[in-house]
Amino acid sequence: MENYMRLEFPSKSQNESLARSVVGVFATQLDLTVEELADIKTAVSEAVTNAIIHGYANTKGTVEIIGRISGNEIAITITDTGSGIPDIDLAMQPLYSGSADEDRSGMGFTVMESFMDTLKVDSEPGKGTSVTMTKRVGVDAYA
Amino acid sequence: MNIRMEAIGTTLVVKPEGEIDQSCAAELRSDIDREIHRCHIKNLILDFGGVTFMDSSGIGLIIGRYKQLKALGGKTIIIRPQPQVDKILELSGLKKLVECG
Ligand SMILES: Nc1ncnc2c1ncn2[C@@H]1O[C@H](COP(=O)(O)OP(=O)(O)O)[C@@H](O)[C@H]1O
Ligand SMILES: [Mg+2]
Repeated sequence: MENYMRLEFPSKSQNESLARSVVGVFATQLDLTVEELADIKTAVSEAVTNAIIHGYANTKGTVEIIGRISGNEIAITITDTGSGIPDIDLAMQPLYSGSADEDRSGMGFTVMESFMDTLKVDSEPGKGTSVTMTKRVGVDAYA
Repeated sequence: MNIRMEAIGTTLVVKPEGEIDQSCAAELRSDIDREIHRCHIKNLILDFGGVTFMDSSGIGLIIGRYKQLKALGGKTIIIRPQPQVDKILELSGLKKLVECG
């Protein structure tokens, strides 16, 4: 199966649930398990939250999501044109948070990495960040 | 996101209902912290039976409350997590810090 979608919304927190719901509905075009669907929604929630609270921090901007289905694989790209990440390797380390908020866990990238098959982060300070994640579904031990 | 809370002695039972993400984490945090101070709470029971989704915003929230109560010699317990919530608790290492059932 081949399909794609594109979604754009302003950097408001209430759009975090919108984003994971829309991508979740798109993903159900694949034959996936409840757990695989939950993994995808959780990873999307992490990337979109990062775009809103870190990318745009105290500013406003647009978050874009592009989803693609190809065969039994889904690829999702979440892009912001916000602050960018100065040191991507550091940012991706488990428990690292560049935010002063005491209640950030620093686990967002770790969640994306473990719940999806691949994760690629492109970022440039002052220009923004683009996170692409892929997951192949329905590849169980019996296949 | 809806939240119900009940203090039994120095133990606070918190029952959030719905989805926990960054959009509601700050409000949830201040609701819980207000009760902790108002009722001199030492132990926290988080009943997650009604939580249908949680991302790492919830992890930060739980660790923050855990540290606060640990400093008072109290405990944090999580009960009835759904599979999606359980998976994120496991990944975060939280299950090694708080009792989970
Ligand atoms: N889209 C983004 N724009 C700018 N900085 C980002 C973005 N995504 C992540 N970061 C940086 O990477 C850090 C780690 O992200 P994450 O693992 O999700 O942890 P947390 O969000 O809890 O801080 C963030 O604290 C932030 O400094
Ligand atoms: Mg994050």
